[in-house]
Amino acid sequence: MSKKTQVTAEGAFKVSELTFGLTVQPGSSRNFKTGDWRSARPVLDREKCVYCGFCYFYCPDGVYQDMGSDEKYYKADLDYCKGCGVCAYECPKKCIQMVVEEV
Amino acid sequence: MSVTDSTKPVGIEVSLAMAEAVKLAKAEVIAAYPITPQTHIVEHLSDLVANGELDAEYVPVESEQSAMSACIGSSAAGARTYTATSSQGLMLMAEMVFIAPMLRLPIVMAVANRAVSGPINIWNDHSDIMIIRDCGWIQIFAENGQEATDMSIISFKIAEDPRVMMPLILNIDGFTLSHFIEPIVFPEEDKIKQYLPPYETSHKLDITKPMSLGALGPPEVYSEARKAMDDALLASKAGVIRGFEEFAEIFGRKYNLVESYRAEDAETIIVAMGSISETAMVAVDEMRAAGEKVGLVRIRLWRPFPVEEFLAAVEGAKYLAVVDRHFTPGFPEGPVATEVRALMYNNDNRPKIANFVLGLGGRDVPRNHFKHIVEQVKELGTAGSQSRYEMVGVQQ
Amino acid sequence: MNIQHLNSAAVPFEKVTAKTFPKGPESLASGHRACQGCGEVLALRLLLKALGRDFMAVSATGCMEVCTTPYPQSAWEMPWLHVAFENAAAVAAGVDAGNIIRRRKGKLPDRRIPVVAIGGDGATFDIGIQALSGAMERYHENFIYICLDNEAYMNTGIQRSSATPFGASTTTSPAGKFSKGQNTWKKNMPAIAAAHNIPYVATASPAFHLDLMTKMRRAAAIPGPAYIHVYSPCPTGWRMKPELSVDSSRLAVKSRVFPLYEIIDGQYIINKKVDKPIPVADYLKPQGRFKHLTEEDIAQISERVNHEYEHLVKLSEVFDGPLF
Repeated sequence: MSKKTQVTAEGAFKVSELTFGLTVQPGSSRNFKTGDWRSARPVLDREKCVYCGFCYFYCPDGVYQDMGSDEKYYKADLDYCKGCGVCAYECPKKCIQMVVEEV
Repeated sequence: MSVTDSTKPVGIEVSLAMAEAVKLAKAEVIAAYPITPQTHIVEHLSDLVANGELDAEYVPVESEQSAMSACIGSSAAGARTYTATSSQGLMLMAEMVFIAPMLRLPIVMAVANRAVSGPINIWNDHSDIMIIRDCGWIQIFAENGQEATDMSIISFKIAEDPRVMMPLILNIDGFTLSHFIEPIVFPEEDKIKQYLPPYETSHKLDITKPMSLGALGPPEVYSEARKAMDDALLASKAGVIRGFEEFAEIFGRKYNLVESYRAEDAETIIVAMGSISETAMVAVDEMRAAGEKVGLVRIRLWRPFPVEEFLAAVEGAKYLAVVDRHFTPGFPEGPVATEVRALMYNNDNRPKIANFVLGLGGRDVPRNHFKHIVEQVKELGTAGSQSRYEMVGVQQ
Repeated sequence: MNIQHLNSAAVPFEKVTAKTFPKGPESLASGHRACQGCGEVLALRLLLKALGRDFMAVSATGCMEVCTTPYPQSAWEMPWLHVAFENAAAVAAGVDAGNIIRRRKGKLPDRRIPVVAIGGDGATFDIGIQALSGAMERYHENFIYICLDNEAYMNTGIQRSSATPFGASTTTSPAGKFSKGQNTWKKNMPAIAAAHNIPYVATASPAFHLDLMTKMRRAAAIPGPAYIHVYSPCPTGWRMKPELSVDSSRLAVKSRVFPLYEIIDGQYIINKKVDKPIPVADYLKPQGRFKHLTEEDIAQISERVNHEYEHLVKLSEVFDGPLF
């Protein structure tokens, strides 16, 4: 009486769990936090910031959010920031520093 | 005054009748590229749109690749979508043909079966659809003009059934069916309204309910996704049966997944698909008159293959002479025979099976070919003999 | 169809200015898997933002499709369809046809829905040029084609396309002992688009984000096919530091390598005159794909760049009425 060979199910989903026609909900990429890709994060010196919006305009990942006309700065969502450094490079006042992340 | 207003049979070329049926079905987008012998279908549809008899968007695309691409686009937008092609065109659009069922889009496509190049040949055989048969579409073979006309309406009913939502190919033999003039009874327009409601679905591109269609399927998703498509195709058989039954109730013409002709007590059964079945039936009558216990089984639904219905139809036969209109180079048997043989393998009482390739590239198939294969199957089909197809009428 | 002279330049549209920059929710959600500093996804983000969510998008296979939609995730906030590599234009044409008939039958509200086909340079210049040509010739009313040009088949590993510029090293046109990299000059897609008699063609660069977004709105406003060619720096493929991608698309314009212009009803309009260009070398130097070029090579490229720019200026000065 030999034991039957076990086969593990390798798929991420059961067939019955898949959506009809494999459709995907809009904006569901937000479930994937790309923030852990980066090795350096942008740090803003708010004293120097003139609220020009370049960091917000030029972020390929759209992580910046307008904090409003009272606060007058843009804040990066570190859940998604990949640390590319475009904001720091494009900032006309050079008030964003890319700081190496602690391991 | 349209030809479809008549309640009496109309003498009309089958291609034109199919176009008229697509008009009656109120197709909304037709994106097609001309290729012999499908041209009369798309030309006539173009005429019907130009004269206002059919309110549709006719997209004269610049190749078959774009034809199927545009069909996927319009079906995804929620429009009832139709196209037609043959042979080289079907192969050119192959990439998109395989994608459509994964997206669950109910596109209806007529394929005027034509030989695949090379050498280039515009005449009829089944090589085009056989090469594509893994595409995942529902595949139906029509045998005569009335059927081709009726199926041009039934196809939309089946494909768009919410429990099906799969694309459908309607095969008609190029020239030998598409260009024949036959007496056709057109389904009445008001009854079609009852049979085939307008296409409505939530599975579409919709600004009020956005979704993404056509995602990437990495290794951890692909197998299950493909299995889901196969499950959908297998489940569509019930939709085909429903579509045929409802058509019979309303219009009185009943189509089955598999048709038997004098096969119930037959010792030898010819298995065939498409319009050569008509010749085969005359040959069967002649052989019966001469005392041969022979019959014919015609497969109408090719995919999903109607396993139970087919096995029931050939039950009791000692010999199956399986006709193929395509052969698979490098392998001893054609596709239909291989599938029939595979189905019967586990059956203890399986019949002797032999494969006969008939009528490639438009070569005529006369009645005596069927008489020949009925004689031959008893020799070729015996166990131990070299199993290889015979290409009837072709000399080395 | 009536043949009539168009006046597409007069069609009203809403400009995007620094004051009116749309600051609502993103039309392309974060969490997509584009490389750090990807200039192409930045351009895409801005283009989509210009239209909001009231349109449909069709992608060709490529970076922007693969990195935004691995099942079960999608970064697209509007209806989106992807089919294959060479057919975004044909699929979009089909979507437009479907929308048009449904609108005519009263199943959709009575207004135009832009259908935006998006492809890379591979999908546009090479494998997809037939579908694009067909769609433009058929004059689909709501069809907008965006070419996101990063000058090679980046998604499959930096192989050359007919958009790869002269002298660029790619994996299938590598610099070597007997090779300077790509040995042909970039195909002029905007001119090819304009040759199809479509009412609106434009070039855009993400560094000039307001111009880029305005052009997207203008394309959507003008009835008939539109083609927008967008310069999309790829730090990975161009062997460049990620933080330089936006600046690269600025230097491309300022050096005349990538001029910003529109072609409206056949008339060329230069949006940003570059009377005092910066040296082409300044644009080439930060990119590793050009590092093998000699001073002589750069001079040859510079001469060609300036010649093409001057030709463009001449085209903008000559116009004898729309051809349609």
